[in-house]
Amino acid sequence: MTTETNEKVQKVVFDALESFGVESAGISLEASLESLDIDSLDMAELSQIADEEFGVALKSDDVKSIKTVGDAIDLIAGRI
Amino acid sequence: MRPERAVILVTGGSRGIGAATAQALAADGWAVALTYRTNSDAAAQVVSLIEAEGGAAAALMLDVTDPDSADAVLEQASKALDGPVLGLINNAGVRADDLAVSLDDDAWDSVLETNLTGAFRLTRSALRGMIRARYGRVVNIASVVGPRANAGQANYAAAKAGLIGFTKTAAVEVARRGVTINAVAPGFVRTDMTDGVLDDAVLAAIPARRAGEPQEVAACVSFLASDAAAYVTGSTLFVDGGMSA
Repeated sequence: MTTETNEKVQKVVFDALESFGVESAGISLEASLESLDIDSLDMAELSQIADEEFGVALKSDDVKSIKTVGDAIDLIAGRI
Repeated sequence: MRPERAVILVTGGSRGIGAATAQALAADGWAVALTYRTNSDAAAQVVSLIEAEGGAAAALMLDVTDPDSADAVLEQASKALDGPVLGLINNAGVRADDLAVSLDDDAWDSVLETNLTGAFRLTRSALRGMIRARYGRVVNIASVVGPRANAGQANYAAAKAGLIGFTKTAAVEVARRGVTINAVAPGFVRTDMTDGVLDDAVLAAIPARRAGEPQEVAACVSFLASDAAAYVTGSTLFVDGGMSA
């Protein structure tokens, strides 16, 4: 994956987290989804956004493996 | 507040409760996509009535038992009325009555497939757009049969009770995205579906001593689909002349 792709995915994921109500100051690659109060509905919507923006379909097993914001970005970017 | 040009899909909208609901929602300012399975003339007539009152409507053919139809009909509705589908009324329903002891698998499956699974599939598809829009209204047309027994309708009762359970759980899952999901449970309402059912014994069992009219159900759906009902979700509103009291 290219740096450009990674940056693009990062922007989409960060924007999505903010739209879920997460304070932008708390969002970082290392932040755990649990610490940001991201729940299963948020992850379902993030999967939908990944599909709409990048054509990447995340299955429930994929979603379960995501622990941090960086994990989500790596998973999506790695499938583009 | 309901976004501009919001479209609402009413399944089984060519007659009875569906037709009355389609007209009520159009009068409320929704652009209404009403679906029919076989009766295109009746559906076209409902569209004409809505347009004559200055509303926007389109008729679409839909078989809710077709697993691939949900996404397609939502896309058609959005295109036909040039707006996002932010409302869904799961009204399409069938009956195939018999005592449980003699109910065959086809009668069981067809009623569950249309009345419950079809509503689930359409809701699943419609929720995706509603969640993203932070706005949505889903109203499932259940029945007083389900919460109450009605001999000869075990399949219908199972489907409608299932629809109420589905309504409650789906509602809590999406409540914080501005999407409400409720059910309306009509009692005996004067439609084609109750032709031959509304005899004196049935009417005597209704506290109001009369059958309901489709417009009385439509008024309740209209409320649940309105902005005024933004804090009502996961509920079932009985419209049954007191039968379930």
